[in-house]
Amino acid sequence: MSVDQATVRRVAKLARIKVKEENVERLADELNSILHWIEQLNEVNVDGVEPMTSVVTVKMKKRKDVVTDGNYPHDVVENAPAAEDDYFLVPKVIE
Amino acid sequence: MNDLTSLTIATAREGLRKKEFSALELTEAYIAAIEKARILNAYIVETPDKARTMAKASDAKLANGEGGALEGIPLGIKDLYATKGIHTQACSHILDGFKPTYESTVTSNLWRDGAVMLGKLNMDEFAMGSSNETSYYGNVINPWRRKNSNASLVPGGSSGGSASAVAAHICAAATATDTGGSIRQPAAFTGTVGIKPTYGRCSRWGIVAFASSLDQAGPIARDVRDAAIMLRSMASVDPKDTTSVDLPVPDYEKAIGKSINGLRVGIPKEYRADGMSTEIEDLWNRGAQWLKEQGAEIIEISLPHTKYALPAYYIVAPAEASSNLARYDGVRYGLRVPGDDIVDMYENSRAAGFGPEVQRRIMIGTYVLSAGYYDAYYVRAQKIRTLIKRDFEQAWAKVDVVLTPATPSPAFAPGEISDPVQMYLNDIFTVTVNMAGLPGIAVPAGVSNDGLPLGLQLIGKAFDEETLFKTAAAIEQVAGGYQAPKWW
Repeated sequence: MSVDQATVRRVAKLARIKVKEENVERLADELNSILHWIEQLNEVNVDGVEPMTSVVTVKMKKRKDVVTDGNYPHDVVENAPAAEDDYFLVPKVIE
Repeated sequence: MNDLTSLTIATAREGLRKKEFSALELTEAYIAAIEKARILNAYIVETPDKARTMAKASDAKLANGEGGALEGIPLGIKDLYATKGIHTQACSHILDGFKPTYESTVTSNLWRDGAVMLGKLNMDEFAMGSSNETSYYGNVINPWRRKNSNASLVPGGSSGGSASAVAAHICAAATATDTGGSIRQPAAFTGTVGIKPTYGRCSRWGIVAFASSLDQAGPIARDVRDAAIMLRSMASVDPKDTTSVDLPVPDYEKAIGKSINGLRVGIPKEYRADGMSTEIEDLWNRGAQWLKEQGAEIIEISLPHTKYALPAYYIVAPAEASSNLARYDGVRYGLRVPGDDIVDMYENSRAAGFGPEVQRRIMIGTYVLSAGYYDAYYVRAQKIRTLIKRDFEQAWAKVDVVLTPATPSPAFAPGEISDPVQMYLNDIFTVTVNMAGLPGIAVPAGVSNDGLPLGLQLIGKAFDEETLFKTAAAIEQVAGGYQAPKWW
């Protein structure tokens, strides 16, 4: 599986990273070199092998679905680049 | 008292209890040493005022005969740990100006036990790197240099600031994190001791996430005993991290000095990778010989899927990173670069805020998770992870601990490795441990032909850190300590 320049543009769009047109070719080469190296995994017979879901065998902890924390909206927005009255400010998204 | 910064945690703890010096005197000695060592670029933020306040509080407790396990001990904190009101940026531009309104569980545990914070330590951006060259705050310099050379070397990564600071004696010990080798590789490059505990032993709450199924916190320290003291304080069961495992934290220090007579030590034949250098092979054989002389039984074992661990890691880790790093959007914290609309703003902020290696990994992760490729890459990698874990489970029927080299080479020069895949190969001996969730410790065991420290790695069963401390101490007892000659 080889990554072409259109794929680089599509993946960059999905990842929400603006890629300059002059860097597309270099990125395609870099991604291909990594993906090519990863392809050795195809040698492994994985028939009947379960994919790992948890690295340590423990029962997932559960807790009661109740509020245990919160009620400090100012702390939540404290680090926002733009905030007003404890709300995040973003560019207009509705026409 | 001459140089207080030369004391290990264990010896400083004695001196503080006997009132030979105060916690404030100890802290002042470190503050002065940090100022003189700025050329190493290990600290990106120094917090001397906070350190003095904490040291005075420790002195008040010590005066009453009180105090925790780390009372008055000055530590450096990797920039990945959230520290309330203090710069926490994972050494990335995208977290510009971020000061958390909360404290990570691990650092909370350290402060509860009386430790003093000296500042935040440099690291690879978002812990992605093996040389500390991806930090937004510049390279860290290794205190070690090659024989008859003044050229700078990298301290390893991603916990390069932690390793360099511990080796240069500008903190008594440091926190670090390990996703694929980020504690053990820099420890090996700097002649220090680093342990990545079992996945779930330390809480990940308040540590900036890279790859959540692999990330673990752990210490870098000057010797095995100090690493044991640190881990006991760092580890805890935390309701805020559902993957933190509900097991009591042992007193790891008690394992040190215990006999290794009858211990079964595994030597995995697959680690004798093609092109292993003679000095690494000699180090490995010597380490096995030292353990044998102390009564251990050396047994060759097979971990057949070893060679697939690193490529599988470069699917799993970037996939999880692309998901974890989606939160950096220019809205909630850090850098915002304006755009024509909100999507343009996201894209501009992320392009300006993430460095090239982080962008590369997000792109790989996004690609392997994208429609049509998920089964071929991600599911396959997770199946291979099952096989890697199974290899170890079969080995534990024959052996109690596994001995390997920590790294394929000693420290290298900045700029020496520019190809991403070549850089990834630094973690070839360490990454299997993360993939299987096991504990691993790096302990210095010799020097290279160039006079640089080299480390051995011990891998243990899940939650059997005590065997690692016991065995690492047995190696340390023969190998001795390694101290970089001071040139700064």
